[in-house]
Amino acid sequence: MPDYRKIWLDLGLDLEAHDTLLSVLGKAYQDIFLTQNNRPEGMKYFDFVMSEVHGLRIQELVSAKSQGRKVVGSYCVFVPEELVLAVDGISVGLCAGAEFNFEAAEELLPRTICPLIKSAFGFKLGHVCPYIEVSDLVVGENTCDGKKKAYEILSSLVKDLYVIDLPQTKSEAAKMLLKSEYLRFCSKLEEITGVRITFDRLKNAIDLVNAKRKALKRLCELRKADPAPISGLDALLVNQVFFYDDPVRFTNSVNTLCDELEKRVKNGQGVFEKKTPRIVISGCPMAVPNWKVPFLVESTGAVVVGEESCVGERGARHLTDNRGTTVENLIDNIVDRYFKIDCAIFSPNPSRLEHIKEMVTQYNAQGVIHYALQFCEPYLIESGPFEKELERSSIPVLRLETGYSQEDAGQLKTRIEAFVERLKSR
Amino acid sequence: MKAAGLDVGSRTLKLVILNGNRIIWAAKSLSSFDQLGSVLNLLNGLEYDRITVTGYGRHLVSAHLGCSAISEIKAFAIGSKAIFPECGVVLDIGGQDTKVISLGEKNEIKKFEMNDKCAAGTGRFLEIMANALNYSLDEFAVAASSASKSEKINNMCTVFAESEVISLIAKGAKREEIALSIHEAIASRSVALLKRVELKGEILFAGGVALNRFLCNLIARELKRTVHVPADPQIVGAIGAAIHASGSEIFRVLWHDGKEVEVKAVHG
Repeated sequence: MPDYRKIWLDLGLDLEAHDTLLSVLGKAYQDIFLTQNNRPEGMKYFDFVMSEVHGLRIQELVSAKSQGRKVVGSYCVFVPEELVLAVDGISVGLCAGAEFNFEAAEELLPRTICPLIKSAFGFKLGHVCPYIEVSDLVVGENTCDGKKKAYEILSSLVKDLYVIDLPQTKSEAAKMLLKSEYLRFCSKLEEITGVRITFDRLKNAIDLVNAKRKALKRLCELRKADPAPISGLDALLVNQVFFYDDPVRFTNSVNTLCDELEKRVKNGQGVFEKKTPRIVISGCPMAVPNWKVPFLVESTGAVVVGEESCVGERGARHLTDNRGTTVENLIDNIVDRYFKIDCAIFSPNPSRLEHIKEMVTQYNAQGVIHYALQFCEPYLIESGPFEKELERSSIPVLRLETGYSQEDAGQLKTRIEAFVERLKSR
Repeated sequence: MKAAGLDVGSRTLKLVILNGNRIIWAAKSLSSFDQLGSVLNLLNGLEYDRITVTGYGRHLVSAHLGCSAISEIKAFAIGSKAIFPECGVVLDIGGQDTKVISLGEKNEIKKFEMNDKCAAGTGRFLEIMANALNYSLDEFAVAASSASKSEKINNMCTVFAESEVISLIAKGAKREEIALSIHEAIASRSVALLKRVELKGEILFAGGVALNRFLCNLIARELKRTVHVPADPQIVGAIGAAIHASGSEIFRVLWHDGKEVEVKAVHG
């Protein structure tokens, strides 16, 4: 591996802590991903991306910056990548998926706040996330109360924090708010980059991001086969890399992977035996390296065939319409597209439940695991009525609430095993 | 064929050996930090053809013995039906967790619920609270049943509840009243978990905490339903594991002398 120390030092990383983090991450990756049987060849690219996630990709970002491009870091699928690309910026997801430096985070935040927020703070305060350090602009968004209030504190920790306000209902007025916020965000992007958003730029950006999403949709389509041609863990990883990688390279790599999976499906090949119990995971996003629950599920003799999640279908299933003749037409299309996201911050939020049911049918899944991060009220509250409604429709549901630590892995495994036993006994 | 079932619990190990449908051996010992050593001790000198392991330590032990493992939920579901065929719902309160299992017509697991990941309301919780009040576990239940009034314990986290207990002591509450308060808190938590599943058929209360007869009464009273408690509530999971080891469908299990495994009705 090339030496990235100079880059990391220039970014102000704490090298010792960062080394520890990388070695833990590397070991986890080895144990969880590389021990899987019968992986598609096409996953080698994603293995490479992960091995270089704090290396080569950061070098690319640093060199893009030296050519005048801006890096925009964010934590949420409500921050439109199309707009960032339209000003020739680079959009990256920021680290928030591991239990790192929670002690420092808890000095600033309540103990009872979701691990995703705590993790974002832990990474920032511990100087171990090169993405946030390389970002010219960090974009927050008013989704849940936890994030909304935490950004007030984060603003003093990063050089430029910009917060997008978000509606909480799906009314016409709410949509107008989203539009005005996206327009305000356009101005901010134009101001920091000096690039004016033109029709051609925006249309190209829409096409670029749509191509990424279409590649993911193709992957989803292939996962409907039994036996599953790819593990849920590997598919989750592809969804996670979506937020870090160069968009064109990502799209090509997913399509190459899908070419291979198409052959597998045609030949009836899979990663697990035919008739392996199939599970849809629904709920909170799983950011790198949060692989705990899918790993437990797939080491218990079931396969995850779909993710109803921001890192999954909720985040990527809708395309942005690229038709129109003016910048405003395209902005309206972007607003339409993002307004459809059925995040649990919206009240009411019926399309999410419908989508889960659709996924169960389409992927021929036998059950749903509802995954909620500890203290994540919007998803925890939705999980109750969703469980009732799905069980009423004869769809077995297991509700899990967990954080980023490994301490409850034993208890989770017992529940998951019993749930898989329940699916098998039906 | 002799089929053994081993339940490697967080606090207690339970072993049952079946010959056909008869229990020819049932034994228990305390779990220790050397789980494998304790298991080998318990199995020492015994003969069986096949064994299935369940419980919290199942993976460690099954890897060592090279045998199959099933979850506690499945083991209790099978074991409960085997000793009490009328059973539709199982409440199992063990050393470190509480489970509610509802069973379908074909004995399948229809739904299950488990407590949060901490020890709240479990056997370990009872032990710690008894200890905080300087009672043995038996004295603890007796004292609770003698109290005439109780205080509300709000916090079911073992650590926080202990500090609530300490503040109750500081307020001058009587020891037996605090004991009753703790029992009531566990009962209402168990009932809340029970109400999350469909309560169809009879309710069987198993696991080590069902040894506490006063708690059985409280739960039945709060549910306003009859709750059935096996004479030895701890071995139900091991019986289920033994049936799994036998490879048969669920069958009625009897003691070696042909007597039924006794299940007492506690009326609400």
